[in-house]
Amino acid sequence: MKGNVIKYARDNIDTDVIIPGQYLKVHDYAELAKHAMEGLDPDFHSKAKEGDFILSGRNFGCGSSREHAPIALAHSGIKAVLALSFARIFYRNAVDGAFLLPIEIDQDAYSDIAEGDQIDIDLKSNQINNLTKNKTYKMKPFSDIIGKIIEAGGLFKYKPD
Amino acid sequence: MNITEKILARASGRQRVAPDDVIFANVDKVMVHDVSGPGVIKVFDKLKKQGINVDKLWDPTKVWVAEDHFVPSADKMSAENVVKLSNFTKNYGIEKHFKYGMGQYGICHTLSHEEALVLPGEVYVGGDSHTNTTGALGSFACGLGHTDVAYVLLNGKIWFKVPQTLYFKLNGKLPDHVMAKDFILKIIGDISTEGGAYKTMQFGGSGISEMSVESRLTMCNMTTEAGAKNGIVEPDQKVVDYLTSRGAKNITLVHGDADAEYEKIYEYEGSEMEPLVAKPFSPENITIVREAPSVELDKSYIGSCTGAKYEDLEAAAKILKGRTVKIRTEILPASISIYKRAMENGLLKIFLDAGVTVGPPTCGACCGAHMGVLAKDEICISTTNRNFPGRMGHVESQTYLSSPLVAAASAVTGKITDPRDLK
Repeated sequence: MKGNVIKYARDNIDTDVIIPGQYLKVHDYAELAKHAMEGLDPDFHSKAKEGDFILSGRNFGCGSSREHAPIALAHSGIKAVLALSFARIFYRNAVDGAFLLPIEIDQDAYSDIAEGDQIDIDLKSNQINNLTKNKTYKMKPFSDIIGKIIEAGGLFKYKPD
Repeated sequence: MNITEKILARASGRQRVAPDDVIFANVDKVMVHDVSGPGVIKVFDKLKKQGINVDKLWDPTKVWVAEDHFVPSADKMSAENVVKLSNFTKNYGIEKHFKYGMGQYGICHTLSHEEALVLPGEVYVGGDSHTNTTGALGSFACGLGHTDVAYVLLNGKIWFKVPQTLYFKLNGKLPDHVMAKDFILKIIGDISTEGGAYKTMQFGGSGISEMSVESRLTMCNMTTEAGAKNGIVEPDQKVVDYLTSRGAKNITLVHGDADAEYEKIYEYEGSEMEPLVAKPFSPENITIVREAPSVELDKSYIGSCTGAKYEDLEAAAKILKGRTVKIRTEILPASISIYKRAMENGLLKIFLDAGVTVGPPTCGACCGAHMGVLAKDEICISTTNRNFPGRMGHVESQTYLSSPLVAAASAVTGKITDPRDLK
């Protein structure tokens, strides 16, 4: 997976800024995408390109259980969110609905990867290659069940052992 | 095993579970509302296209539906979502649908206990993050997204990683001017909004035994703000009496073992607690009310699943009786049954005489949707549970979170006020 990084160097990006509450009545995915990140970055919709990644700090996606949040990001073209840590329900929603990959990174990757860097995520070796800076970082491997659900393509395609 | 582990062991058909085990747990009850319901319907439509059979739910008698976020409908889209929800319950034979404008309705996390829809020891999931609230009855209660809820509706089970448990022990009663809301804000301030992530937050000790069931609901409600998977209190006679008076039968209490393990134990002395507020823009950003910034408030909001239960309204009435509000103040009882009690016991008159607007049960303004959202630069004190940027309206508005006592005292002065300091 190769793409460019949109960086938000802060912690606790909550679901209210990812998709504000007034849009919770909207269930049209394309319409949700128009308002993605509106509470933090009104330019996000014009900025995000197909295949991009978001990079952020701790506790990404805290707050609501609204699946609108990963849906709005996914339908903006975002393939993965790289963060120091994730809030529980956002993480589940991203994986179980097969919307995007929530990838836990370490401090090195967080500090080093800059806005606009092109990176390549290698899920086999759990490595992130920064093609712009010619550097490599480790990502936290997915836990057993998460890895299996991702591989299956979402919870409904996953067959428990 | 502790209570959460015992419930999950039973639900997954195992003798024992331990933290970090991945299990599939059978679900006893599931809730959808007017936000998650249309989302679930959308997932069903997607599955249908993939050839997955969505004609029948695993057990419609275990499903219940609330209308709360976008009622009364302010626009066509909200109205259409409510119609979608009605069609859904009709098509799938779901009988427990609490419809706006037809008797008892209200916020889902209030109906769960007001209507005895969830019992101790049950696994209860809902399409809303504050489903954690109902853990106060001694159930495993947890919020999920649309895909997960759709999975439960079709399969009757869902995967969980068994959480580590943080135990919060309260020694002794909270003083009269301090409410459960102050105590949970204190805890979130101590452990941060990420401190409970992927974990259970369990509450116990003599202070929790002394607490009413409604106060315990406030505690468990805001475990979501610490990122917790679930909040829980071991059930006692108060819970049994509460649910029995609401028609519940066959209540079986689950308790943790004497040698139950907890990842960490935190202890608090009730007598040392003070009224607190959480400043914008995080529930962890707490300060003692007496040290809060001296801001001119525009509004006081007493509502939501966190702060509009009957005792919350009683607390507000205690302050507002014989006084008048200085700022725009809205009180929205969390359910019609609470609204009626407030009417019968004279609370509504106290509110109206004080100049307050009393509205219908709705999540509207709490989530910035409708019915009283904030304009740019407006500052609100609120009994709700979140104060993220834009949470209650304009992204440049500000919300301070507090107990109903503090929100009511502040309504009277127009500044953030400790109820003890009211003249």
